[in-house]
Amino acid sequence: MSNAGLAQFQQVFIEESLEGLDTMESSLLALDEGGDGELVHTIFRAAHSIKGGAATFGFPEMSSFTHEAESLLDEVRSGKRAIDGAIIELLLRTVDCLRGMFARAQAGEPLNDAVAEGLRSELAAAMGRGVPAASVQARRTADQADAWIIRFRPHASMLAGGNEPLRLIRELAGLGELEVTASLDQLPSFGVLEPTECHLGWTIELKGPVKRADITAVFDWVEGECDLEIEAKHVVAEVAPTPVAAPAAVPAPNVADAGAARAQREASTESSSVRVSIDKIDGLINLVGELVITQSMLDTFREGDIDASRLAILEQGLAQLARHTRELQESVMGIRMLPIASVFNRFPRMVRDISQKLGKQVKLELIGEQTELDKTVLEKIGDPMVHLVRNAIDHGLETPDKRRASGKGDTGTLTLQASHRGGSIVVEVSDDGAGLNRDAIVAKAVQRGLIASGEGMSDEAVADLIFQPGFSTAAVTTDLSGRGVGMDVVRRNVGDLGGTVTIRSTQGKGSVFTITLPLTLAIIDGLTAAVGDERYIVPLVSIVESVQLKAEAVRSVAGGGELFRFRGEYLPVVRLHEAFHCENAIHAIDEGLMVVVEGDGARVGLFVDGLIGQQQAVVKSLEANYRRVQGVSGATILADGSVALIVDIAGLVRMQGRRKAA
Amino acid sequence: MSDNTRSEALQSQYLTVNLAHEEYGIDILAVREIRGWTPVTRIPQAPHYVLGVLNLRGAIVPVIDMRLRFGLEREAHGVTTVTVIITVAGRNFGVVVDAVSDVLDVTADAIRPVPDMGTTVDTEYLKGLTSAGERMVLLLDVDKLLQPQDAQMLEAALPAVSDVKAVA
Repeated sequence: MSNAGLAQFQQVFIEESLEGLDTMESSLLALDEGGDGELVHTIFRAAHSIKGGAATFGFPEMSSFTHEAESLLDEVRSGKRAIDGAIIELLLRTVDCLRGMFARAQAGEPLNDAVAEGLRSELAAAMGRGVPAASVQARRTADQADAWIIRFRPHASMLAGGNEPLRLIRELAGLGELEVTASLDQLPSFGVLEPTECHLGWTIELKGPVKRADITAVFDWVEGECDLEIEAKHVVAEVAPTPVAAPAAVPAPNVADAGAARAQREASTESSSVRVSIDKIDGLINLVGELVITQSMLDTFREGDIDASRLAILEQGLAQLARHTRELQESVMGIRMLPIASVFNRFPRMVRDISQKLGKQVKLELIGEQTELDKTVLEKIGDPMVHLVRNAIDHGLETPDKRRASGKGDTGTLTLQASHRGGSIVVEVSDDGAGLNRDAIVAKAVQRGLIASGEGMSDEAVADLIFQPGFSTAAVTTDLSGRGVGMDVVRRNVGDLGGTVTIRSTQGKGSVFTITLPLTLAIIDGLTAAVGDERYIVPLVSIVESVQLKAEAVRSVAGGGELFRFRGEYLPVVRLHEAFHCENAIHAIDEGLMVVVEGDGARVGLFVDGLIGQQQAVVKSLEANYRRVQGVSGATILADGSVALIVDIAGLVRMQGRRKAA
Repeated sequence: MSDNTRSEALQSQYLTVNLAHEEYGIDILAVREIRGWTPVTRIPQAPHYVLGVLNLRGAIVPVIDMRLRFGLEREAHGVTTVTVIITVAGRNFGVVVDAVSDVLDVTADAIRPVPDMGTTVDTEYLKGLTSAGERMVLLLDVDKLLQPQDAQMLEAALPAVSDVKAVA
C-alpha cells in the first residue's frame, strides 16, 4: 500500500477522530451526571474506531495508547469494573491527550510526549496491573530494530474475511530472514475442528534492520482480526533512548502544548471544510434545474419581436427568475449555516472544570442548540462566549454557602440559549447568581474617572459601564477572570461580527447577557445614503431611527463637537461628509437627515444628505486588493455595477472618539 | 535580428502606454486586462493618487492615476484614457494612463540602464530604457511601483491592528 494513498485519507481520519473525541467527552460528562449504560458503549465505540483507524493510518503510538483506554472501557462495559469519578476524570484527560496527539500528527511531530507516557501508566494502573517494565516499554515502542519478535494470533474468523495468514508471513519474509514457530495450543481435537476457522498462532522472529512501520504495514488489513504484538529484540542503539528521555522533557509541556495548539489552529485554517447534508445539496440541484428551465423560457424571447400578447409570459418568466434567484441565494447561504451546538458543546466540560476549581455547584442548561448560523460567525463567537461563561461562574454564581444564605438552592444554574429573532441570532448567557453590584460598579467608575457620580443613572446605564476598557470589579484577581481585560473585548469582538452585547441584571437574582448577531456576514441589509454625489450603505442593524432636525436643534460645543437632543439623551453628531471628506454635500442641518445609529455600544447621529432606499448588499472585501479603511467595513456592488462603500458604524464611533480625544 | 536566436530566452514583451507624451513599458505578464476609463468610487483617507475602487467582475480593485502617482498634472480623462489592470503578488490594481499604444518585444541586452536624467518619472520606478525605432521607451518596474505604496498602506494599517492587539 502506498503512503501517498494513505495520506489522502489521514486527514479524513483525523477529522472523524476529533469528532469521535468530542462524542467521548460529551458522553463522559453525561455519565458523570448519572447517564445510563448506553453511554459507555458509545464511548467504547468511539475509542475503538480511533484505535483501529490509528493503526491503519500509520499512528501506532496513538493506537497502542488508545488501546489502554479501550481495555479499561471494556472492563467497564462488561461490568467488571464500576465507573466512578476517578475513572471519568482519567478518561477525560485521555481525551485531551489524544487531541494533543492529533494536533501533533497534523503538524507532523512525534506523537508521544511525557503526558501520554504518564497517562498510559495511569490507565494501566487503573486496571490494576503493573506498568510494563521500562525495557519492555522501550522495546514495545522502538521504531527500528535489528530483530523483531512478532506474536501473531489470528482470530478464528480471520479466514472468512479473505485474509490468508500464509500470505502475511510470506510478505514478512520479504523484509528479512524469518524464524517461525507455530503454536498449536488452541488447536481443537479433530472431531470438533472447524476447517473454515483459523486455530493457529505464530511467533515469528524477523532478523534484519526493519522499521516497525514496515511490519505494521503488512498487518494493516487484518487489524482487528488478530492479536498482534510486535516487540523489538535488538533495539538499534541510537533510537532506543527516546522513551527514556521523556521524563527530562517534563518541564516542556507548556511549550509543546502551545506549539500543538498553534499547529492545530494553523491546520484548521488550512483545511477548513463544511459538511453539508445531502438534502441541502439536492435542494440546490433542484433549484438550479428550475433556473435552467426559466432561462430557456426567457431565451425564446430572443427570436423575433416581442409582441404585446407575449408580454405576460415575459413578466411571469422574470418573476420566476427573481424567485429562483432568491431561493438559490438562500440555499447557498444555507450551506454555510451550521448549528450552534458545535460551540455549545465545549461548555459542559469547561463549566465542570471551572466550577470544580472554584468549589461552586453549577448546572448548565443548553437551549436551542440546533439554531443555525453562519460558519464564520460561529467560529468567532466562541471566544466571547467563553469569556461570558467564565465571568458568570467566577463573578456571577455564588458558592453554596452564600447561596444558602440568600435563600437559594446550593446549585446555581447557568443557561445558554440560542434562538432566531427576526433576521438575527440571539444568544443569551444567563445565571441565577448574585447579579451586578450597582454600588461597586459606580464606585469603581467614579474612581476611574468614567463618571462623576452614579446619581440619576439608570440601572442599564450603570450595567453598561462594565463594557468600558479596563473595568473590573472583582475583589480578587483570579486566574480565570478579573484582570480587567474582558467585557470591552467581548463587546469589540461581537461588534466586529456586526452584532451587539447588552446586559440585564437584577441584584441578588442574576444577570443575562444578550448577544445579538446577524445571520450571515456575507449579505447585509442596508439603507443607501446619499452624501454629495456619493452613495454609502448604512447597515440596517445599526440604525435606530432617522429624524429631520431643525437647525437650532444641534448645538455646537467647545472643542468643535456638535450635539443634539434625542429622547432625553444628548448624542454627538458625526457628519459623514466630514468624516469621509465628500464634496458637494449638504451642510445645513435642516436640509439633510440625521440618522441615529448605534455602534460599539454608543449612539451617534449620522448626518447625511438623505436616504435613498433599502437594499441587500453582498459584502466584498476592500482588503483583498487594497487595505482596511477606517470607518468602512467593506464594499458592495450596486445594481448599475458601480461600487458603494459600506459604513462601519462602530469604526466611525471610534474615529469620532479619537478625534475628540486628540 | 541576427542574434535573435541567442537571446530568445531573455526576450520579454512589454505593453507600451502613453503618459504625458512619454512612452512607458509595462511587463506584459503583469498585465491582466485593459479597460476603457469608467468612473470609480472614491475611498476616504486614500493617498491622493488613488482615485478610488472599481468593480472588476465582483472584485473590488483600487485604481491609481499614474499622472498623479508621478507628480504630473491631472488631465481630463479622454477617449483614449484606459485603466490597465495589473496583478502583482496576487493583488490586483488598476493604473490609469493616457493611452495604450503597442506591444513591444524587448531582448534583455536591448535594455539600457537609466541615466539620472530629467525625466518626469522618479527613476526609482524604472527598470531600464529601450528604444523602439525612433522612440524611447521607459520600462516600468511594476513591483516597485506598488512597493512604496505598500509600505504606506502597511503603515496606515498598522496602528489600527496594534491597538486591537493591545486590548486583546
